[in-house]
Amino acid sequence: MRRDFTKIGALAAVMALGLGFGASVAEAQKSGGVLQFYHRGTPPSGSIHEEATNSTSSPYMGVFNNLVMYDHAKPTNSVDTIIPDLATEWAWSGDGTKLTFKLREGVKFHDGKPFTAKDVVCTWNLVLGKAKARLRKNPRKSWYTNLESIEQKGDHEVTFNLKRKQPAFLSLLAGGYSPVYPCHVPPKKMRTHPIGTGPFKFVSLKQNEKVVFTKNENYWKEGRPYLDGHEWTIIKSRSTRVLAFVAGKFDMTYNSDVSVPLLKDVKEQAPHVQCYKGPNNVSTNLIVNQDTAPFDNADVRKAMVLSIDRDAFIKILGHGETIKSGALLPPPAGVWGMTPDALAKVAGYSTDVEGNRAKARKIMEGLGYNNDNRLKVKVATRNIAVYRDPAVILIDHLKEIYIDAELETVETSNWHAKVARKDYQVGLNLTGIGVDDPDAMFYENYACGSQRNYTGYCKPEMMELFEKQSMMESGPERKALVWEIDKRLQEDAARPIIFNNVTATCWQPYVKGFVMMTNSIYNGWRLEDVWLDK
Amino acid sequence: MSTYLIRRFLLMLLTLIGMSIVIFVLLRLVPGNIADIMFDSAGFVDPEEKALLEKELGLDLPIPVQYWHWIKGLMVGDLGFSYVSEMPAIDEIAPRIPITAKLAGLALFFSILFGLPLGVISAVRQNTPLDYILRVVSLSGLSLPSFWLALLILMACVAYLGEIPIYTDTPETLWDELALYLLPSAAVGFRASALIMRLTRSSMLEVLRQDYIRTAKAKGASDNSINYVHALKNAVLPVTTIIGIEAAFLIGGLIITETVFNIPGVAHFLVEAILMRDYPIVQNLVMFIAVIVVVINFLTDLSYAVLDPRIKYAD
Repeated sequence: MRRDFTKIGALAAVMALGLGFGASVAEAQKSGGVLQFYHRGTPPSGSIHEEATNSTSSPYMGVFNNLVMYDHAKPTNSVDTIIPDLATEWAWSGDGTKLTFKLREGVKFHDGKPFTAKDVVCTWNLVLGKAKARLRKNPRKSWYTNLESIEQKGDHEVTFNLKRKQPAFLSLLAGGYSPVYPCHVPPKKMRTHPIGTGPFKFVSLKQNEKVVFTKNENYWKEGRPYLDGHEWTIIKSRSTRVLAFVAGKFDMTYNSDVSVPLLKDVKEQAPHVQCYKGPNNVSTNLIVNQDTAPFDNADVRKAMVLSIDRDAFIKILGHGETIKSGALLPPPAGVWGMTPDALAKVAGYSTDVEGNRAKARKIMEGLGYNNDNRLKVKVATRNIAVYRDPAVILIDHLKEIYIDAELETVETSNWHAKVARKDYQVGLNLTGIGVDDPDAMFYENYACGSQRNYTGYCKPEMMELFEKQSMMESGPERKALVWEIDKRLQEDAARPIIFNNVTATCWQPYVKGFVMMTNSIYNGWRLEDVWLDK
Repeated sequence: MSTYLIRRFLLMLLTLIGMSIVIFVLLRLVPGNIADIMFDSAGFVDPEEKALLEKELGLDLPIPVQYWHWIKGLMVGDLGFSYVSEMPAIDEIAPRIPITAKLAGLALFFSILFGLPLGVISAVRQNTPLDYILRVVSLSGLSLPSFWLALLILMACVAYLGEIPIYTDTPETLWDELALYLLPSAAVGFRASALIMRLTRSSMLEVLRQDYIRTAKAKGASDNSINYVHALKNAVLPVTTIIGIEAAFLIGGLIITETVFNIPGVAHFLVEAILMRDYPIVQNLVMFIAVIVVVINFLTDLSYAVLDPRIKYAD
């Protein structure tokens, strides 16, 4: 316990460094210059609504505006940091089922067409699948299951009609995954040449080469952006790209690309660079196919949860820096996660690993498993180090409870197809969340029918709890219920979280005005406040 | 000779048709298709949406029909569209070919420039310290993986020069281009030069023991004339075969080198396209490589007759 608090203290210090970096915005900003990033691979497309990866959201976020957004100067996203964007003001109806936005006037898309309420209606009709045009992929459909319809009143007012009260709906609209698309541009063009109202215009994407954005001279926010543009050179080899950053070829690394061990190398070779090291709200978790025997038996899953020694994962893989958590990221980086005290009360999270495993063995023995009758399974995972390495440790832990697991590495591009087919027994997965809010987390990953609920976990009583917390205003009462839900999800082995990852993003000292978000890597990349002190 | 050329040409055509079938079928036998992969970045696969996407891309058609569409397009210069970028495949492939061609050409040039003369020197100075050094160097060239060598070069550049010679922008001048391709081509050409050197050495040793060499020496010919005119001309035939094969196989070494030096050539692009199952890119690019290999083989065969007057291609 003491160690956890020390770790949180250390993280807070590192985050303070990040904040300090943000505070440098107060210096006299200079305009001009093109910010050079490296990117880890070609973005799958430029259409943020169709992707669930920061490969797209980080470079393309500056092309768009949202209705509301998380304040880019504040590192921890919460309902209190939501500020106007394309909406100038908003109001809830008395029963909390109608959210009305007044829209900014005089805003133009990059192609010169005016932004109106029609574009907002079109965007969310597209996401709901109600538009004539269709998105090829719609990964956040589950966020909007409570959205009944969108109505426009004139050109500058729009109302979101909800089926029931959902105060956190505003949070969903504030994340980087909720940009407003132009009505007049078809989805196909948005994938290849996106058009928005944002501070940067898309110029070109050359596969395996570069993504280029230039300043939107007609941006509605006066004096922004400071940069003339930003460019993302695609470098697949991690060694090459980090070396190139160290050599000063790039102004910034890719979003959260520097692992904890790699950060030590970077700091040794280039002590002058600045880095934010912190949680990225991407968890490493266990997925168990609940449709196949014997994993349809909750007791087997419970035993598996009890076998996990989270501290071992944290020590071996995260050099002691990754974070023990439930589904939601704990403070100070996150808003909704359980504190170490609360986590210790969740089955499988206590430091008495041997005690937990003894209980697990007893469960397994009750089911007929023992040293002479061991359960043979395959642990499937993507063939990438960040997936493979924890899977190997997991296999070692499962051995302690009469489970002999074999590693099954899956070509990375086939991973989700395999999981969707439920063609696995046990798997190891990574899950990132776009908005640090229980609604986004629960409805996307644990709700019945969600396409990203990989394990097929579905309990009506949990759905009721999801809805109950969703109807509550943010505050201690909602938090208490969220903790209770999170505890049950972990103990039900719905998708047990092994640890929450910590990574770093680095930049040269002359890059100013960028604040790394602590609880979502998918937010904070608009880059309109960033400038170069050269 | 003309009958031989026609026969070879027809054989080349037949080989290419066979290869197109193999490429097309093999690509579709690999598990996972583009629809699955495209959904991967969304973190899920929706069966209905996947079916729609397959229809949109024409992947729901029978394989022979898909093959016919491809070949029909090839014949009129229509390579189709990249599934990933949704751009015409020709626009994706064409700009990358000169980059890889220059890199491969330079690598081959390096390997011949160093491999041939060093092989001759090593043979002529057999069992001297210089021979031992050259043999160790050539052995290391064969055993060092090119990706490791490439990384080592990059790390040394950063550590000692504070610079990294990787491709980030299109080079503007010929000098920029040469500077950019010099190290990667040396990294990839090192192995080929080692191979050429060893083969030249053993071939030269064999030739140097021939009677006509002794005769030339007896007649008072200079060492250079003996080594480079009389001996090398006869020793170079097996080396030519190897150079031809190496030129064809260079693409394999370039995949890694292009990745490490971040060079946007076809080799690196091909691997990415294979991983993404971007069929129009992969099948056209592999077909292009097949044409190159077949043509190089043909030219190598023809060069035998030029290098060795005893070889004649009968009609």
